Amino acid sequence: MIEISGVHKSFGPIEVLKGIDLTVEAGTVTVILGPSGSGKSTLLRCINRLEKVNSGTVRVDGELIGYEQRGNRLHELSERRILQQRVGIGFVFQNFNLFPHLTALQNVAEARHSALRKTKSQAYEKAHELLALVDLWDRAGAYPRQLSGGQQQRVAIARALALEPKLILFDEPTSALDPELVGEVLDVLRDLARAGTTMIVVTHEIGFAREVADTVVFMDSGRIVEQGTPAQVLDHPRHERTRAFLSKVLV
Amino acid sequence: MSVLTPPRQAAAAGDTDGDLVVVPARHPWRWAGTALVLVLLAQLVHGLVTNPGWDWGTFAGYFLEKSVVDALLLTVGLTVAGAVLGFLGGIPLAAMRLSANPVLSGVAWTFIWVFRSVPLLVQLLFWANLGYLYESLQIGIPFGPGFSFPTVSLIGSFGAALLGLALHEAAYAGEVIRAGLLSVDQGQHEAATALGIPRWRQFYRIVLPQAMRAILPNAANLLIMLLKSTSMVYVLAIGELFYQVQVIYGRNGRVVPLLMVATVWYVILTALLSILQFYVERHFARGAVRTLPPTPFQRLKAALRK
Ligand SMILES: Nc1ncnc2c1ncn2[C@@H]1O[C@H](COP(=O)(O)OP(=O)(O)OP(=O)(O)O)[C@@H](O)[C@H]1O
Ligand SMILES: [Mg+2]
Repeated sequence: MIEISGVHKSFGPIEVLKGIDLTVEAGTVTVILGPSGSGKSTLLRCINRLEKVNSGTVRVDGELIGYEQRGNRLHELSERRILQQRVGIGFVFQNFNLFPHLTALQNVAEARHSALRKTKSQAYEKAHELLALVDLWDRAGAYPRQLSGGQQQRVAIARALALEPKLILFDEPTSALDPELVGEVLDVLRDLARAGTTMIVVTHEIGFAREVADTVVFMDSGRIVEQGTPAQVLDHPRHERTRAFLSKVLV
Repeated sequence: MSVLTPPRQAAAAGDTDGDLVVVPARHPWRWAGTALVLVLLAQLVHGLVTNPGWDWGTFAGYFLEKSVVDALLLTVGLTVAGAVLGFLGGIPLAAMRLSANPVLSGVAWTFIWVFRSVPLLVQLLFWANLGYLYESLQIGIPFGPGFSFPTVSLIGSFGAALLGLALHEAAYAGEVIRAGLLSVDQGQHEAATALGIPRWRQFYRIVLPQAMRAILPNAANLLIMLLKSTSMVYVLAIGELFYQVQVIYGRNGRVVPLLMVATVWYVILTALLSILQFYVERHFARGAVRTLPPTPFQRLKAALRK
């Protein structure tokens, strides 16, 4: 369903992704682990083309992201077409990035109205439903700064869901939260996984990975070192670097 | 769990916290300062009222006189027109300076450099004398045939005034708007892009309202400066407020009271603009602060209720 092949990405002289190949099946949860600076965020940002790749391709449901193939040539798509492609890919940021001047409800409804071109009343109706789904139906009128971190992240998840994406990318959705707020956000992710949402989650929550992931991917310095079921990667890692990393996060 | 119960020693000797009385902090220096300011203010008012040089009778006679009020309206008109044209010009200038295209940003940079360098007074005189430089203006195919107009009749002194004020204002407004747009966090652009919100909508729904927080105080400054800059168009013999009071004191020689007429009107207009600024800023503060600051009326009501 999602096919990433041969993705290279450099920032100036630094090569951050050194050839990533990864396939994600529809309806599965993939958790990406790896030390800081290994390129996890960059990989997610390449999938929805917040970053341009230097080489390699990303396909979602067979559709090439950012390019159009004509014969054996790849033609770069216009900014407008790329924006339309992004509608199918949700993104949840580490620091939420909610729109502070809009209420929780407006945050969720905005893109459904302007990017998915639903009428305002349809967008708001769905936004109410989604806020109920993340257990925030009573805070619809609150501005982001009036909400706790956990609540803000749940609004951000509802906002991503409002586009009914084929795939949602989560970049460390809980690492800006106080420990006691992590649980409420992970609960929402668990519900989404159970409902069969296709997700790629970068996280350091090993317990969550073990419980929810179908595939665990371990990255180090721009490469995928190993991938497999949680039992394979977390309990019987084959590579020394994976073992070293796990021994540090599991203490 | 004993850890969760707060220590109770503070309320020893049998009291419970409920019986404690709050004594507000006292500020003796505030009272001393207030008294000093009041004395100085009383002296100032006394001087204004008793010194015959101020000639308040003449002041009152001309304050609402028809020619003065007409001139005042012209001043307001020039300010509004200059501000609207200036800010309409400032938006594309800001967008061009932020553009990745070096030609566009270079053109905007040069425009801003030129019109911030030339003193407004010089610019006004320059535009008014454009007719000496180019006797006619042509519209048509570049280097080809076209219609031509005599420059003097096309621009006129009023047009020159408006052109000068608008270009001057646009150069400054461009920078004020650019500063505002830069103040919006990169994450906001990314979130809007990741949601696939169309470019134009990203600008006016997501970025601009947040930029307004940083734009408004500076824009208000600019507007108030423009209000007073309109007094410079007196060099083009346009009958705005400052020109008109000069005409009158040229006739009757009462310089000070007539300057006071203009001054008091400028003060009143600035006050109105400042009030407008408060409410507009409050509107755009939604979401940026947890609770909005109370309006003066709400403050008054709260004070009376006590
Ligand atoms: N815009 C950029 N310009 C230059 N270098 C960058 C840029 N973005 C990321 N990098 C570099 O790329 C490398 C990978 O960054 P990335 O954010 O993908 O790491 P990460 O695995 O998400 O780390 P973390 O767990 O700390 O979030 C880092 O060395 C970082 O300094
Ligand atoms: Mg990261």
